[in-house]
Amino acid sequence: MDCYTANWNPLGDSAFYRKYELYSMDWDLKEELRDCLVAAAPYGGPVALLRNPWRKEKAASVRPVLDIYSASGMPLASLLWKSGPVVSLGWSAEEELLCVQEDGAVLVYGLHGDFRRHFSMGNEVLQNRVLDARIFHTEFGSGVAILTGAHRFTLSANVGDLKLRRMPEVPGLQSAPSCWTVLCQDRVAHILLAVGPDLYLLDHAACSAVTPPGLAPGVSSFLQMAVSFTYRHLALFTDTGYIWMGTASLKEKLCEFNCNIRAAPKQMVWCSRPRSKERAVVVAWERRLMVVGDAPESIQFVLDEDSYLVPELDGVRIFSRSTHEFLHEVPAASEEIFKIASMGPGTGVFSKESQKADEYLREIQELGQLTQAVQQCIEAAGHEHQPDMQKSLLRAASFGKCFLDRFPPDSFVRMCQDLRVLNAVRDYHIGIPLTYSQYPCQLTIQVLLDRLVLRRLYPLAIQICEYLRLPEVQGVSRILAHWACYKVQQKDVSDEDVARAINQKLGDTPGVSYSDIAARAYGCGRTELAIKLLEYEPRSGEQVPLLLKMKRSKLALSKAIESGDTDLVFTVLLHLKNELNRGDFFMTLRNQPMALSLYRQFCKHQELETLKDLYNQDDNHQELGSFHIRASYAAEERIEGRVAALQTAADAFYKAKNEFAAKATEDQMRLLRLQRRLEDELGGQFLDLSLHDTVTTLILGGHNKRAEQLARDFRIPDKRLWWLKLTALADLEDWEELEKFSKSKKSPIGYLPFVEICIKQHNKYEAKKYASRVGPEQKVKALLLVGDVAQAADVAIEHRNEAELSLVLSHCTGATDGATADKIQRARAQAQKK
Amino acid sequence: MAFPHRPDAPELPDFSMLKRLARDQLIYLLEQLPGKKDLFIEADLMSPLDRIANVSILKVRSLSLRSCPSFLFEQLCFLVRPRIKNMRYIASLVNADKVAGRTRKYKVIFSPQKFYACEMVLEEEGIYGDVSCDEWAFSLLPLDVDLLSMELPEFFRDYFLEGDQRWINTVAQALHLLSTLYGPFPNCYGIGRCAKMAYELWRKLEEEEDGETKGRRPEIGHIFLLDRDVDFVTALCSQVVYEGLVDDTFRIKCGSVDFGPEVTSSDKSLKVLLNAEDKVFHEIRNEHFSNVFGFLSQKARNLQAQYDRRRGMDIKQMKNFVSQELKGLKQEHRLLSLHIGACESIMKKKTKQDFQELIKTEHALLEGFSIRESTSYIEEHIDRQVSPIESLRLLCLLSITENGEPKRLQMRIYGPEHLLTFSNLRRAGLLTEQGPGDTLTAVESKVSKLVTDKAAGKITDAFSSLAKRSNFRAISKKLNLIPRVDGEYDLKVPRDMAYVFSGAYVPLSCRIIEQVLERRSWQGLDEVVRLLNCGDFAFTDMTKEDKASSESLRLILVVFLGGCTFSEISALRFLGREKGYRFIFLTTAVTNSARLMEAMSEVKA
Repeated sequence: MDCYTANWNPLGDSAFYRKYELYSMDWDLKEELRDCLVAAAPYGGPVALLRNPWRKEKAASVRPVLDIYSASGMPLASLLWKSGPVVSLGWSAEEELLCVQEDGAVLVYGLHGDFRRHFSMGNEVLQNRVLDARIFHTEFGSGVAILTGAHRFTLSANVGDLKLRRMPEVPGLQSAPSCWTVLCQDRVAHILLAVGPDLYLLDHAACSAVTPPGLAPGVSSFLQMAVSFTYRHLALFTDTGYIWMGTASLKEKLCEFNCNIRAAPKQMVWCSRPRSKERAVVVAWERRLMVVGDAPESIQFVLDEDSYLVPELDGVRIFSRSTHEFLHEVPAASEEIFKIASMGPGTGVFSKESQKADEYLREIQELGQLTQAVQQCIEAAGHEHQPDMQKSLLRAASFGKCFLDRFPPDSFVRMCQDLRVLNAVRDYHIGIPLTYSQYPCQLTIQVLLDRLVLRRLYPLAIQICEYLRLPEVQGVSRILAHWACYKVQQKDVSDEDVARAINQKLGDTPGVSYSDIAARAYGCGRTELAIKLLEYEPRSGEQVPLLLKMKRSKLALSKAIESGDTDLVFTVLLHLKNELNRGDFFMTLRNQPMALSLYRQFCKHQELETLKDLYNQDDNHQELGSFHIRASYAAEERIEGRVAALQTAADAFYKAKNEFAAKATEDQMRLLRLQRRLEDELGGQFLDLSLHDTVTTLILGGHNKRAEQLARDFRIPDKRLWWLKLTALADLEDWEELEKFSKSKKSPIGYLPFVEICIKQHNKYEAKKYASRVGPEQKVKALLLVGDVAQAADVAIEHRNEAELSLVLSHCTGATDGATADKIQRARAQAQKK
Repeated sequence: MAFPHRPDAPELPDFSMLKRLARDQLIYLLEQLPGKKDLFIEADLMSPLDRIANVSILKVRSLSLRSCPSFLFEQLCFLVRPRIKNMRYIASLVNADKVAGRTRKYKVIFSPQKFYACEMVLEEEGIYGDVSCDEWAFSLLPLDVDLLSMELPEFFRDYFLEGDQRWINTVAQALHLLSTLYGPFPNCYGIGRCAKMAYELWRKLEEEEDGETKGRRPEIGHIFLLDRDVDFVTALCSQVVYEGLVDDTFRIKCGSVDFGPEVTSSDKSLKVLLNAEDKVFHEIRNEHFSNVFGFLSQKARNLQAQYDRRRGMDIKQMKNFVSQELKGLKQEHRLLSLHIGACESIMKKKTKQDFQELIKTEHALLEGFSIRESTSYIEEHIDRQVSPIESLRLLCLLSITENGEPKRLQMRIYGPEHLLTFSNLRRAGLLTEQGPGDTLTAVESKVSKLVTDKAAGKITDAFSSLAKRSNFRAISKKLNLIPRVDGEYDLKVPRDMAYVFSGAYVPLSCRIIEQVLERRSWQGLDEVVRLLNCGDFAFTDMTKEDKASSESLRLILVVFLGGCTFSEISALRFLGREKGYRFIFLTTAVTNSARLMEAMSEVKA
């Protein structure tokens, strides 16, 4: 145990700091780190080095080279820098490398040195050049802050959604600030800068001078400043070798320290952890590393080589040409267990291997602290880097657990799982040195998987998913989809092979979108492959937009129709309409009836002319005819226009061999003309009346002659004319004319209607006149209508018609028609006798 | 009478959840636009909206689209059906505002869904950037405990006449909603092209989102999808069941009816909700009209007797009576007098000789005898110019049952636009022509012998779309639609579903459903399916899982694509009573013969 705490260094009374090796680097650097631009991503991310960044010559041999390594020094990419001079490098939260050029352009590269995109920080930056730049991380993403040659700041809080913000001017600023940093407070990015003895805080509205509380006097310049990982704390290094540590809001001082070194440090970073006991700042000079906090003494390390510090959530990573180390505050749980002469319960459990284990254990149990002890062991295991140590701690926990009745096992199980994942990704070959506080406490499994996918470590990612039993949609299939997207970029493999390989691996895995993969393939210029991949896509809705993008509109149309989604069909149609000339467009439609009817519907409301063209194209004369008929009453106002439209319609109907419709249309034209004439001659409203109504109107207006003429002209059948006249005359209550009419010749509709209509107009007297003339079959009905029950009975008896008899009987009312009823009954009886 | 369901009849699922869902979504959508706003509601959406949300809940000023807009607030919200006409109207409003230099916030909420074409129009009118669009997925309105309506009357014309398939997706989504709420349907049957498409789309939706419904116990055991064009005949007949008759006479709109002064016997019109909650209506809705009056008078006597009980009561009993029973009795009294009023009004209109003649003619057509008399009756009907819609209906009935118009009956007297109506009717298959149809069959059968089955199917499709033939007579014989009558058909104690048409005809649609449910497949109905021209479009799909309880297997969801009539609903309710099933109806809209004809006619607008 003594050897275990050998690397523990106390800082003050309460905290220990330890430094241990993560990897020995074999990246075989030729240069010193100080000759390179260095950027290392947090959370055990990759390291980017730009060699020879300051060489101005254009000679190829000395052009800058951009190298990207994993945290363990495995080379990931190397490329010759061909763009402009780079001022600063930095990694975004998505592990994309941002290279800020002197001209304000920011080039974005992937982890594997693949160029992604670029954006500019604006004209002002372009004109004044970039003096310095910082890449910073906020909850919105990664931002870029730039100090220009004119000593102005420009920043964008999120490079994913680029909004440039030019910060206000610092009054009287003539030279570059001695140091500056980005602060993030209340979700807004500020800039803190030091000019001589003064500090200024820039927000987007104003520039204000600030003074840190309790700052020692005699400061004439600030040499370095550092903000903690969470933007909560700030450290300032002055030219007097004095370090001020406080909150980033500059409202509170935590502590101060005087290191008596006046040289500007190379780097200064915070080293703390969530729920830290003792926050500290790590200051690095060429050959010296100092950890200072609220303690009279600092911890000092000697640096053998040129080193670089990477602040992390819970510590500091320090890498040099040969090693990669981690410096952090010893977590509380470990401290409790291992601290010399520790009385923590965890210690007891852990020392079970010594002879006194039993004794210790009993002691703890009596104190009732065993649960806590086990928990401490589990937690401490999480913070260990060496698997051996993790194992012993877990074993201790498991041992202690045996003496507990109801210790929920999940924390133990989860820790085992997490450590397994952590150990796997920490492996030298993978090189992601995450700590337990980083994963799973901060990063989620999804993010970790994304990072693995980004490094193209698909098998490991899948193994992790399977090990953790993640749902397929979140885990395996997502990774497979990424794999497929990578696969389609392999240009040396044929389309067939790629498509087949992808389908074999992916099959019908839920949650895999073939269209996304196809889109990627199309992005790489492999249209054929994209189409092949789309064949595997079960959802047509996903196929269509991509097919359109690839200009396979006809294929898209059939897919859209297959999907049954009319909106999709419509999208394709409009696309086609713009893409093809009219003739081709119509031809395409012709082969797709569903699309055609959809388009027709649209045209009916929006583009009537197109509709006509469509029918013309198809030689659909019937529909053309209908179209013109509709136009004749809906679109045309003037009578000539209407007649002309009808004429066109009639012609079309003839072509369609629809004689009936053609004739009818011609009649309508005649009628229209005639109505016009009637209006001119007689006044009143005739237009748009039907033939029937026209005649009726004429009769009602007393123009009987005209009416008859019209009926003859249009060959209105006799029966209909009689009905028409009958109704019209009855409406007029022109009984005289009606009688004359009834006698004009034998009624083709019989005389019952006369009776009915008179009764309807409550004219029994007139009704009776006609009742006698009603033919024998309907006589009974007629007589009943006029209320002559007795006579009706006589007729019925005469007819010997059973149905008629019962009809009459049902009309007999008790009092008045008693005799009649008897008569009928008698007749019935007689009939039955026979 | 009434609803004496077999004791083992399954419980209906609770559909009021659908109302709550729709209401909550609407409120959410409206709250997206905070502050005061004018709300424009399309007239067609007013009644459905009224059924799910009190307009006062919305706490906004609502205006009907038709009314002249007078704006109060700086925010305008439109609640509309996705129609191009509406888009143009909105565009005109927005553009007028622009000209006047006013800026407002506009939001268009489409119900039940947004169509790309609508956005296109907004774009063409240059206001796409000015409005924000949203969807209110309100596609299922529970009109009654067993009746869900999509309230999309235009479905019929759009699909069956114009061949526009856009609503099918809406249907599929509605089915998907039902299956997520009430569990999967283990057995599916369907007939008709549209039914098949809707079914396939729905299946696709389920596959895309599988996992959610998996493992749920099905509440509804069967689903049956049916296209309206499989059976036009039933929809064309005059209805004689009370509910149908009320619909034919007064037009039931969205489950409620406006009874005019002649019914309420006061000078005011009254809007009455017609559903199972109306105790009186509930008992007579499925009855043949001839029984209704007798029933109502019996009921009135009972009611009187109950009122009379209060004589001879002591104070305590009286107190009880007043506090507990009186309110119920009064309510019943009110309803009773309303329905009696309605009956009288119907009697006045319908029991004239005309109506009896009409029914007689219809029955003759259905049974296929004395065609000549029927034809001349129709001719007379036309000559008398009673009502174009009625005449058209009879013509269609004649044409379908007789497979073609025996004689071209001139309709032109009703005006030129009916020439288009005729061509519409023909296209939809409501009117058929005798001559060419028969020759087509001959050609068709020859062709199908020459080529493979699949190709033949396509050709058949092509032909049938050219001229749809109706084989009503043959189908009627096969399915025994005209019951053999020996003696008087006792309408008080119905024997079969034919009672909804006075015992003269079993509704074809209902008979098909009955047959398929009995066989649990289309087996043995091949000939009928062929005669219906639905060879490719009859399908069954059964999952082998036995998770469905026996109770759920007796719940059947019947989906009518293109609308169903109250007669069909009554007939199936009767069938359910006989066999111990419960039917649930989902229809694109409740329809009747007049609505069918109106949908097909071209009117000057």
